[in-house]
Amino acid sequence: MPEPEYNATELMIINAARLLKDGDQVFVGVGIPNLACNLARRTHAPNLQMIYEAGIIGARPKRLPLSIGDPTLVSGALSVCSMFEVFSLYLQRGNIDVGFLGGAQIDQFGNINATVIGDYQHPKVRLPGSGGSMEIAAWANRCYIITPHQLRRFPARVDFHTSAGFLEGGDARAKTGVRGSGPQAVVTNLGILKPNQNGEMVLAALHPGCSFEQAQANTGWALKQAENMLYTSAPTEEELRILREELDPQRIYI
Amino acid sequence: MSKLTSLSEAIHQHVHDEGPCVCRWLYTPHPICRRARNYPAGHQRPHPGARHPRPDLRPDGSRGLRRKVIFSYSGNPGVGSLKWLRDGMQNGSLEWEEYSHFGMISRLQAGASGLPFMPMRQTGALDLEKANPLYRRVADPYGGEDVVVVPALCPDVAIVHVQRADSEGNAHIWGILGEQREAAFAAKRVILTAEEIVDADVIRSDPNRTLIPSLVVSAVCHVSWCAHPSYTQGYYDRDNELYLRWEEISKNEASMQAYLDEWVYGVKDREEYLAKLGEDTRERLKPGLRLSAPVNYGSY
Repeated sequence: MPEPEYNATELMIINAARLLKDGDQVFVGVGIPNLACNLARRTHAPNLQMIYEAGIIGARPKRLPLSIGDPTLVSGALSVCSMFEVFSLYLQRGNIDVGFLGGAQIDQFGNINATVIGDYQHPKVRLPGSGGSMEIAAWANRCYIITPHQLRRFPARVDFHTSAGFLEGGDARAKTGVRGSGPQAVVTNLGILKPNQNGEMVLAALHPGCSFEQAQANTGWALKQAENMLYTSAPTEEELRILREELDPQRIYI
Repeated sequence: MSKLTSLSEAIHQHVHDEGPCVCRWLYTPHPICRRARNYPAGHQRPHPGARHPRPDLRPDGSRGLRRKVIFSYSGNPGVGSLKWLRDGMQNGSLEWEEYSHFGMISRLQAGASGLPFMPMRQTGALDLEKANPLYRRVADPYGGEDVVVVPALCPDVAIVHVQRADSEGNAHIWGILGEQREAAFAAKRVILTAEEIVDADVIRSDPNRTLIPSLVVSAVCHVSWCAHPSYTQGYYDRDNELYLRWEEISKNEASMQAYLDEWVYGVKDREEYLAKLGEDTRERLKPGLRLSAPVNYGSY
């Protein structure tokens, strides 16, 4: 039987979904993370709980939310609280297992820049800024970053630390005392990067048909391979069917 | 005592030229109180400072609005990047003061609680702390690690939109709460806009839902569809077509000005705006019914 065809976004969503565990309390963003969570819930993680920074706990959105404050997230949710409460009672208190993050730049140690390209006071390109990501990156038990693998997105050092990965590597993050374990995976369209013992992002897996050379060519530092580098299995027909027919039938994201 | 008044009167009375800080509060897509900006001719008031976690304010330098923004995310949620704001920061024409969401809402929580500042745990990301000197660190007096602190934020005026309120300003809110309650308690004056004005008995039938009490409210305005093109839970959906169009409109000064002239300054009042919006649009945005199960408070 021929392998089903899929695009880069579908590949990233499916691989992000596979990282989630049943029962995870996930701080979700709209778009790709939302689709990954819903896919995980419909496959291997039926008890996964989606928490939105707007203060929605256990959302069951009937349609694709337009933003993290979409009213569809409220209808049928388990609980709604204030933003101060979701950030303090849930995130700061240590009740969040997984945080999804994105950003314009991700560096060698998983630090994220979503604030500015160039100098902060005199921006070359001004980006939206932290939103919730500064605290999510620090306090969620584990973080996942989903982003296309492009050289400009993967500099050796980010221009601005919007949210902390492993900082300068080594024990730099541990020394700050932040509670979360930091970025545990960067899912791209070429493969998956994971931190080594030094907090450096190394190539832990390649997607089918992708090569190390491709990954290196799109990474701004000398990319290392994990000792046991793996190949991810191709998206299954069932994963693609759920994604295309149930979750994003209008193909807004995929 | 009834605090019912028209929106234009409330703005006229409470939003002063010299008032340094107006915040339109409500977590972004939840009732962003757009219509409160819709001052009738002759009542346009400058907003020298405006604060919002996501400032999808319109630029209007000609009217002296918005010299500085205080924000924690400068994107148009789910749509794009708020080009005018980005341009203003890139070309140096706009002053800004930036926080993370939690930093921003902690400022309001401090203001709402009568505290001088609010502590937060460290995040390991130091660049914003360095860029904004109002982020400070203090020693934990009980011996733990240093905490990050942000100062109280007490806006001069908060304009808060709710589903229903009585004429005194006791308000029921449901759906996404964002930081509107904290904003109301933190602000010096609160202009409440409500989809419906109800009897006090309705409010007293469900006291747990009364998140903003009359105590902190200065004026109550009956303004249905106040949040359009954003939404109000249970009343209407976000007008996403307009959000998408705004991304285009806001790409250049002329198209933005034309939009403002037509939809903000060009309409006399609420009714005219709603009429202009048209019944088809309003019908399109109506959600279906999803009632909660009633609770028994008991008769004692």
